[in-house]
Amino acid sequence: MPVVMDADRMGRSLARIAHEILERNRGSEDIALVGIRTRGVPIARRLATQLRDINKHEVPTGALDITLYRDDLMRHAVGPQPVIKRTEIPFSIDDKHILLVDDVLYTGRTIRAALDALIDFGRPKTIQLVVLVDRGHRELPIKADYVGKNLPTSLSQSVQVHLLEIDGRDEVEIQEP
Amino acid sequence: MKKDLLSISDLTRDDIDLILNTAEAMREVGERPIKKVPTLRGKTVVNLFYEPSTRTRTSFEIAEKRLSADTLNIAVASSSVLKGETLVDTALNIEAMAPDMIVLRHASSGAGHLLSRICRSRIINAGDGMHEHPTQALLDAFTIKQHKKRLDRLKIAIVGDLLHSRVLRSNVLLLTMMGADVWVCGPATLIPARIDQFGVTVSTRVDEAVANADVIMMLRIQHERMQSAFFPSIREYFNTFGMTTERVARAKSDVIIMHPGPMNRGVEIASEVADGAYSVILEQVANGVAVRMAVLYLLAGGADGD
Repeated sequence: MPVVMDADRMGRSLARIAHEILERNRGSEDIALVGIRTRGVPIARRLATQLRDINKHEVPTGALDITLYRDDLMRHAVGPQPVIKRTEIPFSIDDKHILLVDDVLYTGRTIRAALDALIDFGRPKTIQLVVLVDRGHRELPIKADYVGKNLPTSLSQSVQVHLLEIDGRDEVEIQEP
Repeated sequence: MKKDLLSISDLTRDDIDLILNTAEAMREVGERPIKKVPTLRGKTVVNLFYEPSTRTRTSFEIAEKRLSADTLNIAVASSSVLKGETLVDTALNIEAMAPDMIVLRHASSGAGHLLSRICRSRIINAGDGMHEHPTQALLDAFTIKQHKKRLDRLKIAIVGDLLHSRVLRSNVLLLTMMGADVWVCGPATLIPARIDQFGVTVSTRVDEAVANADVIMMLRIQHERMQSAFFPSIREYFNTFGMTTERVARAKSDVIIMHPGPMNRGVEIASEVADGAYSVILEQVANGVAVRMAVLYLLAGGADGD
């Protein structure tokens, strides 16, 4: 399986994104990070560490589970329901610039669900999207604001993101069918 | 999970863990400014209640609404049941309007099983006679876990009218399955025959049952189901089995006191115990919504063998 991003590259991509976030938002005063479960959460935490190191300012960080907002939940009535994990956003998102973080951007349906979920928590000033990998094939009009790596893929391939916190190593690979 | 939730015996240990973990996520929904998620949009849930209920019916209805299901309540007092329609006919007529789930409360044990055989809708038993009340046991387990972080190796004393209690039956099945040390206690006239076969310790001495207990669960004296005199007087019952501060003091210092409601203050429980610092009775009510959301969500998916 071809590795398309190793630990070094992943670290450099996240460092670059952290700088881009600060440049675009003119500092870190009103920003907050929300990672989409599962793998968006550790990426959001790493960005929070980077932002703090650069700007000496703690950025609130939360975790969002979008299962309850999925558009395919009740469509396949066969098999058990997906497991729901806790959403933890221990701060007000009102009037903040929210950086929504996920590992892979693909059809855009997860992000659609995440936007609906976020809106239920308040009224942020902006929502900006951070992804480690954009693999194309959007089914909804959604675009990332910060991208670690653009990765052209075919529909039959699958993109696997491995993170130290969950999988024991930092690596992105493409799996052929 | 099976198609319906009629009894705790429909569930495996893994199912129970899944329900309790899902309820933990659902509880967070209730803490948001907008306490509603679109999960069950387009699903219809009928709450069919043949017995009076405040807590359980309200709790189910709030849970359904928080998941965006369309809900409708049939209170028998204002329905065709008064004109002589049977449960089966009522159910078949409701079924003809294609609801997705029916939440049933009925005075006859096994009413849910009857509907389960004739309905395609998923059936949730919200209390059937003296048989079971599975969502109550699940919310009790959730509340215990919140305080004690586990269910196994806890001494749990269940005290009161054991004979008429569906809450007892569901709790005994669930708690023994999860490895708790369950004691049941009440007057000999109110102890169901052969209850010890369920793996519980039976006692008629409340001091012994609550000694060193981690959890004390009180059961209501169900006057409405009593057709004969099971004990001489309410005062004597309270003196012998009522939960007082003196009796609570025999349990562990971090004991929690539970009651499924509605409470008879001064009959099975002293007011100062019901309102005491160790009482989690209102937490049980709050948790009921989260647990019922979890059950509704999990049953709305495909069942085993579909």
